[in-house]
Amino acid sequence: MERNPKQRKIKNDIILTASILIVAVVVFVAVLFVSQKGGYVEVKKDGEIIGKYPLSTNVTVEISGSIGYNLLMIEDGEAYIKSADCPDKLCVKRGKIDKNGETAVCLPNKVTVTVIGGKEGKSDF
Amino acid sequence: MISNREKIKSLSLSALLCSVALILSYLESLVPPFFPIPAIKVGLPNLVIIFALYKLGFGYAVTVSVLRVFLSSLLFGSLLSAAYGTAGALISLLIMFLLEKLNCFTAVGVSIAGGVSHNIAQTLLAMIIMNTNEIAYYLPFLLLSGVVAGALIGVGGAFIIKKINIKERFF
Repeated sequence: MERNPKQRKIKNDIILTASILIVAVVVFVAVLFVSQKGGYVEVKKDGEIIGKYPLSTNVTVEISGSIGYNLLMIEDGEAYIKSADCPDKLCVKRGKIDKNGETAVCLPNKVTVTVIGGKEGKSDF
Repeated sequence: MISNREKIKSLSLSALLCSVALILSYLESLVPPFFPIPAIKVGLPNLVIIFALYKLGFGYAVTVSVLRVFLSSLLFGSLLSAAYGTAGALISLLIMFLLEKLNCFTAVGVSIAGGVSHNIAQTLLAMIIMNTNEIAYYLPFLLLSGVVAGALIGVGGAFIIKKINIKERFF
């Protein structure tokens, strides 16, 4: 079996794929492990922190990004982007976030909304 | 010296492959993104890239890939998508070229490595551009989608590589 080069290549393919999938699962489990309910959301534009809001109080914030706006809502301990005028609306489709490290990203606007912990203030990612 | 005839042939062959890749990009841009994560798509134009890599060599693959990314960003995307696209395309092409030269994987394995490295390169670039590392959260999904997309393209690509003998037809 080892002598056939085609079969050896297929075996290598499977090893390669399996190792990538194992890495994916390990990263996923690691992410789950560190995800606890966070206390705050941190809003960043272009990497600069432009706002921090507690998840415990309901607020509506309009974030102006590079090309438009994102409307951030905090409701019942969860944060979500209610609407945005970016073309793809991926941040809106991201849905509700409330766990440490969870992020809603708007690439066109260069805006990220990240849930962070209560006291430490930063998830260790 | 390369003769004029050879030059014309390679120019028109690159243009032909590039237009096929552009048509595939256009078809793909018609499908709305249904995952809440950017960059999850099959990458149909890579069928052309992997075909060029195996049948015509690294030079053709780079030319077609860079032109394709540039033109499709101009037509269907933005300057930012050109930056992301070029980073992903060049890194994945380099990885695929090295693995192909190593000669210990099939076209499917090479394509999977290409898909995964494409997604990793884009994630890294997004982390640099947006100056944040929270995007690493998406990495497991991007690895998985890279494997799935790479496998699909690899199976399709291997079929085309076997069926079309472009050198015999063209030269």
